[in-house]
Amino acid sequence: MRTLTYAQAIREAHAQMLARDARVFVIGQGLWSPWYAGSSLEGLDSEFGCARVVDTPVSENAVTGMAVGAALAGLRPIVFHPRMDFMLLAMDPIVNQAANWSHLFGGDSGVPLVIRAAINRGGEQGAQHSQALHAMFMHVPGLKVVMPSTPADAKGLLMAAMADPGPVLYIDDRWLYAESGEVAAEPFTVAIGEAAVRRSGSDVTLIGISWMASECMRAAGILEGEGIDAEVIDLRSLKPWDKETVAASVSRTGRAVVADGGWRTAGASAEIAAEIYERVFDHLLAPVARVALPDAPAPASRAEEQAYYPGAEQIAATARAVLALGTDGRTKRAAA
Amino acid sequence: MRPETEWLVERWETMTLIRRAEERIAEMVESGEVRCPCHLYIGQEAVAAGVCAALTTADTVWGGHRSHGHYLAKGGSLAGLFGEVLLKATGCARGRGGSMHLAAPEVGVRGTVPIVAGTVPLAAGAAFAYKLRGDEMVAVAFFGDGALEEGHVHESMNLAALYRLPLVLVCESNLYASHLHWSERRVADNLHRAGEFHSVPGQRVDGNDVVTVHAAAGAAVERARSGDGPTLIECRTFRWRGHVGASFDLDVGVERGGELAEWLPRDPVRRVADQLIERGVTDLPQRERAIEAQIDSAVEEARAAPQPEPEIEETLCAR
Repeated sequence: MRTLTYAQAIREAHAQMLARDARVFVIGQGLWSPWYAGSSLEGLDSEFGCARVVDTPVSENAVTGMAVGAALAGLRPIVFHPRMDFMLLAMDPIVNQAANWSHLFGGDSGVPLVIRAAINRGGEQGAQHSQALHAMFMHVPGLKVVMPSTPADAKGLLMAAMADPGPVLYIDDRWLYAESGEVAAEPFTVAIGEAAVRRSGSDVTLIGISWMASECMRAAGILEGEGIDAEVIDLRSLKPWDKETVAASVSRTGRAVVADGGWRTAGASAEIAAEIYERVFDHLLAPVARVALPDAPAPASRAEEQAYYPGAEQIAATARAVLALGTDGRTKRAAA
Repeated sequence: MRPETEWLVERWETMTLIRRAEERIAEMVESGEVRCPCHLYIGQEAVAAGVCAALTTADTVWGGHRSHGHYLAKGGSLAGLFGEVLLKATGCARGRGGSMHLAAPEVGVRGTVPIVAGTVPLAAGAAFAYKLRGDEMVAVAFFGDGALEEGHVHESMNLAALYRLPLVLVCESNLYASHLHWSERRVADNLHRAGEFHSVPGQRVDGNDVVTVHAAAGAAVERARSGDGPTLIECRTFRWRGHVGASFDLDVGVERGGELAEWLPRDPVRRVADQLIERGVTDLPQRERAIEAQIDSAVEEARAAPQPEPEIEETLCAR
């Protein structure tokens, strides 16, 4: 099978959807410039025309609202936010309108909309060019949220989002754009709501989201060298998320580390940890541990960025700490 | 241009339907039978009736919290309206939305929402879809004067002008945003010029004159349909009731000054009735009774209808 980068896979999904369905169009900022979207949208404007690949003024709220209206009028829009931070200006059309519409109007009017947001952080860009805000949207009934970490999922989840009858927030990560992997050439979908077990293991379950799923794989490699056999689950979808796969894994390993590139408090990692406790409490050998961003705005300086963003080393260290709690973590903690 | 008498009778019927239906809703609010928040349109009927008369059934309208009139003028059913304000399963939104969430897609009422100007960009997006597909359809966004203080309305005007979208922006300028008079919100009384900076032409018309409203809307719809882009129409009017509920006060707990007395003689429904009587039309009382009978029947149907099944669907998280 061919190898594509994550960004190329996103582009291929766009191209195939635009080619096979006249209802599909892409709208948002930076669509005619490689600066905004990297190679993930490269050349789509010349291939499919500027009427269907629409680079817009800086009007996040109205552009997103237009995408909602166009979806209600029978088109299949992808509205693109090259930086998720800016998408906060579009909260009304996403949360009040798109997420509620089908419910409010008795189920007759779905909003088949893909909202694509890129997390674009690091590089000394500071707190308003860094944020991973997926947990805010995971909170909202009526929205689906997907966050691919591999090139194949980047393509398959985008095509699944497009096929979904409701609004789907598709969050990609610029840190993953250069990752390469095998991607089928024909159109395909990856089911929304299904996690992927990237590595089987018996000692501890590492559950990762997006970029942190790839860091979990690196952490598992580090741990393997120490004789620790980690299972890695790439969540892929945050809403709905695959509680069964996570619960089955943790009930087997008895230990879980949740790794998320968002903030800790009320973050995705908190939701996953809570669900693990509710589902498999009796199987846990140690408390669920979380690796997430500190509850602080993103820094700008390189030194601070390195301290702020956790990665494979922190995940591995957390896994070691969880394993050190022994075979009955609860008893041991109570004694300590 | 002097409209045909038959046409004017139809507009009078639409306005009377809105007036009487809303008076009935007001009674039901006062009696406690209707509990959801209702924002009554009484006094503004000429705007909905005039604009919707310039549209085809396929053209779409998008509204706000005060949209009973838009829904009825575009052809939404009375039974659907009363069912919805009573939150019954037979309501036009199946009892999921209430007074502020009306839809009748089969006649082009695509949705009304209480987030101020929330549907303005949606209407622009629908217009974008019509243009991309080559449909000869027009989208109309109805909103109040307070909506022009929302940033995304200006974003929408710019986008609609830039892409020459078949969109008509109807500002129902009833002088108040909830309890605040325009002069407490703006320095100048110039809403009809709000589109100028975005190259959206605008005009102010007497919103209590259905013939004038219809003429302005007709020109804007024609402009939109022929590919020349959006138009803003400021329809100057007045709401007789409070911001929400049945009271004639300005807003809950806020009494009015003398303004209502100035506006009552400009009653848009009476105005058309007077013209028709002058033209020798004699059957308005019979027509009014027929409208009342339709309302009676819709109310009875809604009262008899079941409430929606109390099912909370956790479809997205249920796994």
